[in-house]
Amino acid sequence: MTVLSEDLRASREGAGWTRICAYTDLLPERGVCALVDGHQIAVFRTFDGALYAVGNRDPFSGAFVLSRGIVGSRGDEPTVSSPMHKQVFSLVSGECLDDPAVALPTYGIRVAGDAVEVNVL
Amino acid sequence: MTSERRADAVSGAFREGRAGRGANGEASATVSRLVVVGHGPTASRLVETLTGRGFGGTITVLGEEPRPAYDRVALTSYLAGKSAEDLTYPVPEGVTLRLGARVTGIDREAKVVTTADGHAEPYDVLVLATGSSPFVPPVPGRDLDGCFVYRTIDDLDAIREASQDAVSGVVIGGGLLGLEAADALRGLGLATHVVEMGGWLMPRQVDEGGGAVLRGHIESLGLNVHTGAGVKEIVAGPDGRVNGLVKPDGETIETQVVVFSAGVRPRDELARAGGLDVGERGGIVVDDGMRTSDPAIYAVGECALHEGMVYGLVGPCFTMAEVAADRILGGEAAFAPVDMSTKLKLLGVEVAQFGAMDGALDVTFMDPVTGVYQKLFVSDDARTLLGGICVGDAAPYNTLKPFVGRELPGSPSELLFTGGPSNMDLPDDAQVCSCNNVTKGRICSAIADEGLTDVAGIKSCTRAGTACGSCVPMLKQILIKSGVEVSKALCEHFAYSRAELFDIVRVRGITTFSQLIAEHGTGRGCDVCKPTVASILASLGNGHILDGEQAALQDTNDHFLANIQRNGTYSVVPRIPGGEITPDKLIVIGEVARDFGLYTKITGGQRIDLFGARVEQLPLIWKRLVDAGFESGHAYGKALRTVKSCVGSTWCRYGVQDSVGLAIALELRYRGLRSPHKLKSAVSGCARECAEARGKDFGIIATEQGWNLYVGGNGGFTPRHADLFASDLSTDELIRVIDRFLMFYIRTADRLQRTSVWLENQGLDYVKEVVLEDSLGICAELEAQMERHVAGYADEWRAVLEDPERLRRFVSFVNAPGTPDPSISFEPERDQVKPVLIPLETVRLEPARS
Repeated sequence: MTVLSEDLRASREGAGWTRICAYTDLLPERGVCALVDGHQIAVFRTFDGALYAVGNRDPFSGAFVLSRGIVGSRGDEPTVSSPMHKQVFSLVSGECLDDPAVALPTYGIRVAGDAVEVNVL
Repeated sequence: MTSERRADAVSGAFREGRAGRGANGEASATVSRLVVVGHGPTASRLVETLTGRGFGGTITVLGEEPRPAYDRVALTSYLAGKSAEDLTYPVPEGVTLRLGARVTGIDREAKVVTTADGHAEPYDVLVLATGSSPFVPPVPGRDLDGCFVYRTIDDLDAIREASQDAVSGVVIGGGLLGLEAADALRGLGLATHVVEMGGWLMPRQVDEGGGAVLRGHIESLGLNVHTGAGVKEIVAGPDGRVNGLVKPDGETIETQVVVFSAGVRPRDELARAGGLDVGERGGIVVDDGMRTSDPAIYAVGECALHEGMVYGLVGPCFTMAEVAADRILGGEAAFAPVDMSTKLKLLGVEVAQFGAMDGALDVTFMDPVTGVYQKLFVSDDARTLLGGICVGDAAPYNTLKPFVGRELPGSPSELLFTGGPSNMDLPDDAQVCSCNNVTKGRICSAIADEGLTDVAGIKSCTRAGTACGSCVPMLKQILIKSGVEVSKALCEHFAYSRAELFDIVRVRGITTFSQLIAEHGTGRGCDVCKPTVASILASLGNGHILDGEQAALQDTNDHFLANIQRNGTYSVVPRIPGGEITPDKLIVIGEVARDFGLYTKITGGQRIDLFGARVEQLPLIWKRLVDAGFESGHAYGKALRTVKSCVGSTWCRYGVQDSVGLAIALELRYRGLRSPHKLKSAVSGCARECAEARGKDFGIIATEQGWNLYVGGNGGFTPRHADLFASDLSTDELIRVIDRFLMFYIRTADRLQRTSVWLENQGLDYVKEVVLEDSLGICAELEAQMERHVAGYADEWRAVLEDPERLRRFVSFVNAPGTPDPSISFEPERDQVKPVLIPLETVRLEPARS
């Protein structure tokens, strides 16, 4: 779920987008958590400026901690590893790369002006 | 009680994408509603296989127990402290699991099953995985309060409760499960008896000679073994509860707990009532495709009867699950009678049996001193191996089992005496992992085709070694034999070891991860290399660990300067050097814990851990602590933790030196020092060693003349006593030696390598030469590096509190900084708080990687 600022198609769809913070609030290669309509969403900015949004809940421990994991790559796939027991998840598909039977939900994310918005619909 | 749980944490869009993709491109047959009756290990494997292969229909599992499938093989570990969650198998997403749902009827006409609570579940395909029930022989008194079976977690809970006010316990049945149950009773502190009808223990796995050796082992553990003994009756005391077991010879064993473990019977009652074919002695009759006499119904696991055999071992049951899954998906897999070999460790004794249990000739090796019994059965020309039995040492199981039915690579006696063939040339079709039926050929081709370089790779690629793990040593050997050079690369991003990276960073003066990975690595890093490089940069003194790009390298503990706990909260450990603390400071810790509702616990390192802080509370807590003069204790870092001490010569009438004073001086000198792994130390004021210094990375014990330094000790997974490194040092000499030792370790150790392993790899004599005799001529440099560390130390928490930019990161939610995480809650226990754990849809047995 990569949406760069030039991706205008998504912004035209309009509904369901919520502003969570300024783009500059996000540190490269680190995550934050946003609370939107009761959903905890882990938001990451990678080194190249791309943004990703996945569920904050670690399916292996049940704790809401994935936004605090280490961002990296496996092959060409941008990833985050759970700070609890180190399972690695794709930031693109949400899939757990160590256990394909497990996946995180993914959410729409975009930059509107200088704000970062996520979509939980 | 029926509780329904959808193991379904993903968004709808993702689930559709997944089903549409059909993982391996397999088309599933037109089954839309699959219902599985029973949720044990076999059912779990079936569901996992189906979802993994892209099954397109819905899966509903009806489990009788109040909890999802768990590893019954590891049941005894539950009493030893593992939680039910630890043993639970993950449930794939998209599967509907109804627990506490006992199925009471099958309407094959209407294709509907009904549960005890009246729920009706329609199916297109039904799989019976009802397992088996323990057989309880018709002994008078078998229903008394205090009689149990040993199969489910509920059984174990009941046994544990009954054992609390019991003195002794009896297990009826001296087979595999019976001995496991006996181990459990012994673990619960009961005087334990095993009563076996047969002439010796484990009659299905070992012969009389092996049984005798096994009995010797078990009796030496204090268990009472009664073989050739039945049970006349179980008698009750005045309170109606069990208080004795009478043997046919009239002898009474006083006991308050009786556990029946006299075999199992297939649970075929549902199939029987539904008119399916069942065997004369029980078991649901299935064909090679695990199909019952009704083509819409399959049966798998311990309830299934295949060619007159019921299988109780996990290996064949998993194979059945995979065969049934394949058939449901339209495949043609077939179940063939399987190897019933077993290897296990019971009560610390290895017992193994493979192949046939008799033969034209047999060769026995027996060592009564160590209690080893090994027997091989061979053909009449003594060349073909037919089977074997091992008690006490099961090494031949691993090395010889693949030769069953083949020509032996040497004479049987030679093979037993030398512990098996040294140069193992297994044929490709030899089975290496019998749990998952993986041959050597399959493993070799996986190594070659996938470029595997470690056992973890073989496991994830072939599943070999993932069930009982007994073939893991063979996997290693196969790996070595295939000429794989075991890589020292840190991870996929760096082809260097940690020690090599340390030198690169040090010599080239690199100060950022970006520069290092751009010049010496590939990709963008991961949770292995980023914290490693962060630690290297910190060891070489590159400012605050949360400054600039370094912040993104830290794992969550270093990032929040606190220790993450299982519910996502953190614990806080202020430094208490040497374990010495004033009453005023103790009061501050108490007040902070009280005001923030934290759970407090005294640690093994003579300090106090405060648990249950949310990220946004951490700065508030630390503001109070720093104002009272506390500093970070670095409990969250791979860094110096504590220097523990005994009370020393100041107070103790035996002490010969001031151990507390030295401990405080050392802790203040090395505080904040980042290293490949955590560092612990202790100082004892005399040879009585009350501070347990020899269990530390560097430990100091006072002598009349000065200090003895010990290095390379630790507790943990593999405890090791520290080795004496230098004797009778003055305080100045001691500090100089420790400076050099620690810096040499920090420069040359691997990632997460404690001093103990590092010391064994380097060799104690070599490290002594480098550190004490300066054989490499680097000691001046090592000392200077430590001086820079000491001079550059600043409290990490104070630095955070003084910097609004760093403080801004301590929020649960970026868009709601004042809002606490609603998933975190606590409940009371022993007048303090404990976390309320979030229910799991999926759980994991082990961390994926260390």
